[in-house]
Amino acid sequence: MSTNQANFLQSSLGKKLIMGLTGLFLISFLVVHAFINSLIFCNDGGTLFNEGSEFMAHNPVIRVVEIVLFIGIILHIVQALILTLQNNKARPVKYAVNNGKANSKWYSRSMGLLGTLLLMFLIIHLKHFWVVSRFTDEITSGEETMYGEMKEVFENPLVVIIYVLGVISLGYHLLHGFQSAFQTLGLNHPKYTPVIKAIGFWFSIIISLVFAAMPIALYMGWVK
Amino acid sequence: MKLDSKIPEGTLEEKWSKYKASCALVNPANKRSLEIIVVGSGLAGASAAASLAELGYKVKVFCFQDSARRAHSIAAQGGINAAKNYQNDGDSTYRLFYDTIKGGDYRAREGNVYRLAEVSANIIDQCVAQGVPLAREYGGMLSNRSFGGTQVQRTFYAAGQTGQQLLLGAYSGLQRQVGLGTVEMLARHEMLEVVTIEGKARGIIARDLVTGKLERHFGHAVLLCTGGYGNVFYLSTNAMGCNVTAAWKAHKKGAFFGNPCFTQIHPTCIPVSGDHQSKLTLMSESLRNDGRIWVPKKAGDVRKANEIPEEERDYYLERRYPAFGNLVPRDVASRAAKERCDAGFGVGNSKMAVFLDFKSAIERYGHNLAVKLGVQNPTADQLKDFGKQVVEEKYGNLFEMYEQITGENPYEVAMRIYPAVHYTMGGLWVDYNLMTTVPGLYCLGEANFSDHGANRLGASALMQGLADGYFVLPYTIGAYLSKEISVKAISTDHEAFVTAEKAVQAQIAKFFTIKGTKSVDHFHKKLGKIMWDKCGMARNEKGLNEAILEIRQLRDEFWKDVRIPGTNDELNPELEKAFRVADFLELGELMCMDALNRSESCGGHFREESQTEEGEALRNDDKFSYVSAWENKGDGKYELHKEELIFDVVHPSARSYK
Amino acid sequence: MSGNMNLTLKIWRQKSAKANGQLVTYPVKNISPDMSFLEMFDVLNEELINKGEEPIAFDHDCREGICGACSMFINGQPHGPKKGVTTCQLHMRSFKDGDTIVVEPWRAAAFPVIKDLTVDRAAFDRIIAKGGFISVNTGNAQDANNIPIPKIDADLSFNAAACIGCGACVATCKNSSAMLFVSAKISQLALLPQGQVERIARAKNMVAQMDEEGFGNCTNTGACEVECPKGISLENIARMNREYFMANIKE
Repeated sequence: MSTNQANFLQSSLGKKLIMGLTGLFLISFLVVHAFINSLIFCNDGGTLFNEGSEFMAHNPVIRVVEIVLFIGIILHIVQALILTLQNNKARPVKYAVNNGKANSKWYSRSMGLLGTLLLMFLIIHLKHFWVVSRFTDEITSGEETMYGEMKEVFENPLVVIIYVLGVISLGYHLLHGFQSAFQTLGLNHPKYTPVIKAIGFWFSIIISLVFAAMPIALYMGWVK
Repeated sequence: MKLDSKIPEGTLEEKWSKYKASCALVNPANKRSLEIIVVGSGLAGASAAASLAELGYKVKVFCFQDSARRAHSIAAQGGINAAKNYQNDGDSTYRLFYDTIKGGDYRAREGNVYRLAEVSANIIDQCVAQGVPLAREYGGMLSNRSFGGTQVQRTFYAAGQTGQQLLLGAYSGLQRQVGLGTVEMLARHEMLEVVTIEGKARGIIARDLVTGKLERHFGHAVLLCTGGYGNVFYLSTNAMGCNVTAAWKAHKKGAFFGNPCFTQIHPTCIPVSGDHQSKLTLMSESLRNDGRIWVPKKAGDVRKANEIPEEERDYYLERRYPAFGNLVPRDVASRAAKERCDAGFGVGNSKMAVFLDFKSAIERYGHNLAVKLGVQNPTADQLKDFGKQVVEEKYGNLFEMYEQITGENPYEVAMRIYPAVHYTMGGLWVDYNLMTTVPGLYCLGEANFSDHGANRLGASALMQGLADGYFVLPYTIGAYLSKEISVKAISTDHEAFVTAEKAVQAQIAKFFTIKGTKSVDHFHKKLGKIMWDKCGMARNEKGLNEAILEIRQLRDEFWKDVRIPGTNDELNPELEKAFRVADFLELGELMCMDALNRSESCGGHFREESQTEEGEALRNDDKFSYVSAWENKGDGKYELHKEELIFDVVHPSARSYK
Repeated sequence: MSGNMNLTLKIWRQKSAKANGQLVTYPVKNISPDMSFLEMFDVLNEELINKGEEPIAFDHDCREGICGACSMFINGQPHGPKKGVTTCQLHMRSFKDGDTIVVEPWRAAAFPVIKDLTVDRAAFDRIIAKGGFISVNTGNAQDANNIPIPKIDADLSFNAAACIGCGACVATCKNSSAMLFVSAKISQLALLPQGQVERIARAKNMVAQMDEEGFGNCTNTGACEVECPKGISLENIARMNREYFMANIKE
């Protein structure tokens, strides 16, 4: 890497670019994830869902994408940490009174907090499903299906609540993050930005509802 | 000492080009070793500093603000004149020259003013090249508007922020040189003394306003670009920090002060609302295009504007000046407002205001728009709404500003306005080279006396500041510096620097030993009142004599009873103010003396003894066709020198707006 | 006079850059609603001087909202609660009798406090010195009408150029980011044909200097745009991002 590129990636705008690009990439993953999740609503006892998750677990292309995905998540987190540390350093003495609500949305100011909650949720979530599907032989051996695993996990109301809270954090994170990513990429136009903002708004709400629907539906027994 | 204005020989049209073709130059290698000090970073200072640095000189710039970008040139609203004739309406260098000389009531030098008109077109080119976003037409060409006192459209503008945009343009040029290392910028520094060695200006003493440390700076030449002294009146449209200190220190070191009594009072300002008032805000002159100025016909009428029927209103400008009506020049409009208020017809709580009413403009525009939109039989409310729409488009930002400050909605109630001090035509006397009577000491922009005579036309201040800085001084300074190339940089340990610094230290020490009971502002307000009452819009012998005595008395009090809190070794705004007010207290007296001496009325200077039967200003060309240049003889003594004004081309005539 | 107010002010007092500061409470009485916020400070300072105390240092100059010197963080907002105005244009009628008003200096590592409410904003000047200009020496210019500029571009450029460099954007940004300020200058010049020649260097150098000054990073909360007294738009930040990315792709 030439010093020029290194300078670019280490600059404030370079880091923002990485945040924006990884953010959008993770958003695209959410779409796939939400699609597979919604297969449970076929109400076929999880057959289609299991096929989907089977595909995701064994397709070699997906396995490569999965690595990229993890790199994306880590980059997103690491950049966020660096940026947050820098931002804290940029204001060593805080205000005694700061009326943030007068000029911005609380969730836009709380992306770090929401991200941290999301990360905690993600760890729990990975432990519940990803670790089980990859590193234990229950599922790979065919003893247990992903769908069955899910039903088991979501029997616990506490888990359901954690998931719903995680999804709410995700919703707010997206509510700011979606349109923010476009702004970072330099896309702000009087004609198109309102459209992006509207898409971002509805996307955040729909994707959160889809994700929340799954644990709730399984817990309540709406799907078999 | 005989004043030599050094106007080049030749016809008016060839003076400047001949001068440029024949003036001495400094070769590039020598420029590198010549140092120039620029005090002030407004249009004149920033443009001069950047241009000189581009030429290769070593430049140091000083400003008292926290950044060069904050100089008060930034507050000019209206525009900048230039004889471009882009509108094909018959404009020319000669016309701009003629309008400026006439507008100044024949009290400016022909040679200087013609040069100003000549370089005006280059200014616009330079600013546009710098990226100043001047207003444009849909075809992409620059837009112009008209301004008072002219019959052509030659004013370039950037909405209501022309001064801001031009200053930021000059500032960006200056910062470019700072980045290149050719200019050293010292913000939060105030010049407190000029250092002269063997009669030539060789440097300054400046105070670092953050640490209080006095610094010595050497320069082969010193440029004062420090703006006007309108704040001598305490209340003015100037910024709070505007002051005369640099010019006054120079004056005390031998620079003559030209026409100190020439001040411009702007007719459309928001009136004073109470004792707390710290400054006055100007409303653009353009409002007089559509607003009608009036007072009630009955003295002491306390009714609200809307309650006074049409027949009980006195549209006094339309009555007195049927030809020009509400569009008479600034000085005439201001005096007429004062006359009505003094006679007891003023409005508002203070009774020192007149109405500027947009009711008929709203009605008129409402009808026009209704016709344009094809609305049949519009209701009164509809008409009013239409009218408001048009007025908002034209003056929206000004109306907003008015509402911000007064809390009144000018679409519904008539505005209240009153004249306020706005600009000072007087300043340090300079010759054609912009050099003061101290060799090597130059003065540019509003700080000098040249070009505007006794009254400045709208949109000419920006023009003069940039003309001086970009296109005049970079040439004329060569004539002086070419003889200085053998002078090595003088050490600031030189006795002259030591003595000058000691003098400043002594003044600081004196301030802190007084330990009096009154704040600096207390004295400043008192001085302002004396000046406004007795040396303001109308002046007379008795009042001026009284004012001189009162100012002397106030000055004595100041030096006995002022209280400066804090210490010298820190950021101390009260100490800064004390320096400035101490100088205003001396300048105020000189202004009154000058006004007393000039027993004619001309431009912004109105002597009650010199008026026609109808109360119009009466100039006296036989006795007063000269520039008053005052020499400071120390101990409050001044000697008047006269520079005769010679009019080869235009012939002074009476201004009439009837 | 009727309608006058009594208020409690809590003002940040700090003797010098190195000293520790704290909020100090000052009651002020009989404040006219027609006063500007700074005129209220004048009244308070006059009182303090008369009592033999040190007046409060604050930056101000033009007092008509254009020089950008005034800089007070009032009740948690730069330039106070009213939108589109600077502190000097904020009038006391925006407050009620009995209000407590907390006044702090701009807070940012890149804007160190000099004294009380006065901060050092020289970082902005240094950023401009790195590229906030068009390199045209005096006398180089061609006729001003030789390059026609579409009105829409000229207007957009003007809107960006309206920035007064007060630093409210930095002050209100949760990250103390200067991106609205920097992007306004980059936009103004990028939108004009005259600015094209130095476009790449300008974006790179100004952003590099901004980073070096220790301003924070933009997280697009949009607070700067809301608090900007001159209504500088977030579109400028997006434009700056584009300029910077393109500059780095090209060179």
